[in-house]
Amino acid sequence: MSLLIKNGRVVDPASSTDAVQDVLIAGGRIERVGRDLPPAAAATVLDATGKIVCPGFIDIHVHLREPGYEYKETVATGTRAAAAGGFTAVCCMANTHPVNDNRSITDYIRARAAVEGVVRVYPIGAVTRGLGGEELAELAELAEAGCVAFSDDGKCVMNAALYRRAMEYTLPFGAPVISHAEDHQLSLGASMNEGVVSTELGVAGAPAAAEDIMVARDVLLAELTGAHVHIAHLSTAGAVRLVRDAKARGVRVTAEVAPHHLLLTEEAVRGFDANTKMSPPLRSKRDTEVLLEALVDGTIDCIATDHAPHAGSEKEGEFDRAAFGIVGLETAVGLLLDRLVKPGALPLATLISRLSRDPARLLGLPGGHLAPGAPADLTILDPAAEWTVDPARFQSRSRNTPFGGWPVTGRPWKTLVGGGIVWE
Amino acid sequence: MGWTRKDLLAMRDLDASEILLLVDTAATLQEIAGREIKKVPALRGKTIVNLFYENSTRTRTSFEIAGKWLSADVINFSASGSSAAKGESFIDTAKNIAAMSPDVVVVRHSSAGAAELLARALPCSIVNAGDGAHEHPTQALLDLLTIREHKGHFEGLSVAIVGDIAHSRVARSNIHGMRKLGMTVTVAGPPTVIPPFVQELGVKVAYRLEDAIRDVDVIMMLRLQHERMTAGLIPSLREYSRYWGLTLDKLRAQARPDVLIMHPGPVNRGIELSPEVADGPYSVILDQVAKGVAVRMGVLFLLAGSRGAEQA
Amino acid sequence: MTGAPRLREKAQVLDEAALDRALTRIAHEILERNDGAKDLAFIGLRTRGVTLAHRLAAKLSAIDGATVPVGTLDITLYRDDLDMRGAPVIRGTDIPFSIKNKHVVLVDDVLYTGRTIRAALDALIDLGRPAMIQLAILVDRGHRELPIRPDYIGKNLPTSRRESVAVRLREHDGEDRVVIEEPEEG
Repeated sequence: MSLLIKNGRVVDPASSTDAVQDVLIAGGRIERVGRDLPPAAAATVLDATGKIVCPGFIDIHVHLREPGYEYKETVATGTRAAAAGGFTAVCCMANTHPVNDNRSITDYIRARAAVEGVVRVYPIGAVTRGLGGEELAELAELAEAGCVAFSDDGKCVMNAALYRRAMEYTLPFGAPVISHAEDHQLSLGASMNEGVVSTELGVAGAPAAAEDIMVARDVLLAELTGAHVHIAHLSTAGAVRLVRDAKARGVRVTAEVAPHHLLLTEEAVRGFDANTKMSPPLRSKRDTEVLLEALVDGTIDCIATDHAPHAGSEKEGEFDRAAFGIVGLETAVGLLLDRLVKPGALPLATLISRLSRDPARLLGLPGGHLAPGAPADLTILDPAAEWTVDPARFQSRSRNTPFGGWPVTGRPWKTLVGGGIVWE
Repeated sequence: MGWTRKDLLAMRDLDASEILLLVDTAATLQEIAGREIKKVPALRGKTIVNLFYENSTRTRTSFEIAGKWLSADVINFSASGSSAAKGESFIDTAKNIAAMSPDVVVVRHSSAGAAELLARALPCSIVNAGDGAHEHPTQALLDLLTIREHKGHFEGLSVAIVGDIAHSRVARSNIHGMRKLGMTVTVAGPPTVIPPFVQELGVKVAYRLEDAIRDVDVIMMLRLQHERMTAGLIPSLREYSRYWGLTLDKLRAQARPDVLIMHPGPVNRGIELSPEVADGPYSVILDQVAKGVAVRMGVLFLLAGSRGAEQA
Repeated sequence: MTGAPRLREKAQVLDEAALDRALTRIAHEILERNDGAKDLAFIGLRTRGVTLAHRLAAKLSAIDGATVPVGTLDITLYRDDLDMRGAPVIRGTDIPFSIKNKHVVLVDDVLYTGRTIRAALDALIDLGRPAMIQLAILVDRGHRELPIRPDYIGKNLPTSRRESVAVRLREHDGEDRVVIEEPEEG
């Protein structure tokens, strides 16, 4: 089935394209991108006037919760949420139950994705068995089974010697380790950022140093081993500085940032709504400014939501007992368009790059560009659509977001995977 | 201008006029303690539930007496040995109690923000009797009433709060209340228990007891909990009491002769306060307890009494 | 306070001299009824009742030479629900003597429905056991809702419900006058 997407503003960072063009899709791949392509060339014509046509967005940090926590999310519901959020592919973290530390779990996830997945699913394998931080998982087999990276995300591998070995061992696979950088001893008992707000609220906080110390360590281990380390959910100005300095030295480090760390600060925690509790926590205003700067200049390579669904009961009670994390797939694109691109703080092309080309390149995934022959994964945005974030209408099984009720201009309009529309 | 809030959750929320209204109301209610028949019918027919998740016999008793002297029906609910111990969530327990239509729920919990959660979830009035390290407004109010009784005014007084400030809801509530009424506050203790950025709350910081207590009008000593030692915040209780414990000779060397010694209780005699100071002539600790009942009567009256007016 | 109508003066009921004469007469009546000032105690209801109680005590002292103790009663804690208009403010009760076995004269400026006096009776009985309670009122404006009757009346003043009676006293309002007020039209 062929499809012609007509008259959209095509923004393809990989080819530096930003112009009104047509995109012809056939056989699940992009056939041509050009001006005034003949409508007869395709079986269906989609009028994308006023819309923005991008390479399909890829979220490399998502918790699909299956197997084990299906009450929070499944591959089916999570990928539907991804599609609704404009994402054509997700990478799912290993902290399932059982942990994805052996190929049978990887196979299971891929099988679920094949049957029920609405978008592409790339599993991330655990670094250590059971996320215990003591023994390496069978990383080679995980890579063979299709894991695109390794991470104990949710936890930090505190043992530097072990983490070094993990980096060395995975060198030949071309799949990086993804670090959840947090010194658990410095952050013990903390529910938020350590700062003036935590002091006023009497809530135990974790200092930015808890993250920075592990970012420094991971960067130095990457330097030592020559491995590619990707720092997950960067949240502090100090960590940005470390990553920038390391890149300048030629260390193979990359980093991602989550939308909530760009849009919210620790001030949001006043009121004790556990939908403002996540790890790493919301930080200071200055941190958000430095993170945005780093996203724009490329020190931070990509945007990843860290979509972390939790049941209502896990987020509605006492703040210090609530689970960490918020959902993000269905709000990320709209919020970033509205709160960063529209006011001119983030160029549109940069946003699109950080959501498509850059994550694809970082993990060596197919997609991220609109060249002929590329898979027909597209995200089409409606920059003028006005809507309000309504958690009750999420595709995700979970509703834990701090953005409920936010008025937003701009949202994904249609999501295409392999040439088929998976969301509209 | 009378009381208009549904709940009393935090001193930080109140402005100076509201604090004074609470203190003044409590002052007028003190005389009930001196009557032969300690009862007024003001809250007759009102139901007050004391929902205490943390053990606290003295605060709970204080609220219970306050409610009963106002003729309210007071029910005590302690979390251990109840549905909560069987795993019922905090919100579920609260909703179950709310379904029985209390007029006021007094809540004490070990989590900061617990009272605010209840206030959002329940239609009745909520009184925060202590939520983790966050706030304990009735304690600050009774401390303020005690200070005014002895000093006659608030404006311009200087206060030193000494101890584990980081984990103290009493410190936080008092800092807010005192600052709004024009007092200067210094917090003091070993640096490990002084929270970061505490100066942003408008207080001075001292790390030595001697520096903190010099020439102040009021010294408020906080209880040091044993758990702080095991958490690595202080090396030993012995060292803490030696350097930050208040003894008579330190008092005589540094403090004003008319200084007030206060403590929210219970006192760890020999740790933060020597027995001679705790029981000595500068101490107004028992006075604080007496005023606690009056303050809580005032709070219950203003919350439950005025809501009656809305229905009239 | 929203919705409170603006009031204007309709008529003067007592001027300074008349008010003073009424108090003098009441003082004599109290002495006569109680066979002297022994065992007497005056308790005024906040705020103007207290002032009147002090004036009566002064008059009694001038007539009889006796010193009658004066106490202050705040009935906010005893008002029934229907009486609770707006957020209550307590000003405090101060009775620095025992009322046991005393002939207590409750003093208030205006008697209307009687609910305030009922609350005052409850309060007094909680505070002790007087031998007798009598009621002295400057103005009785009628419309009783409870079986309360004053023992001493300065002036009987039939009023309509829309009107209100304002007692102005030198110590509070700078002048001694009693007026009837009614809501402004329009």
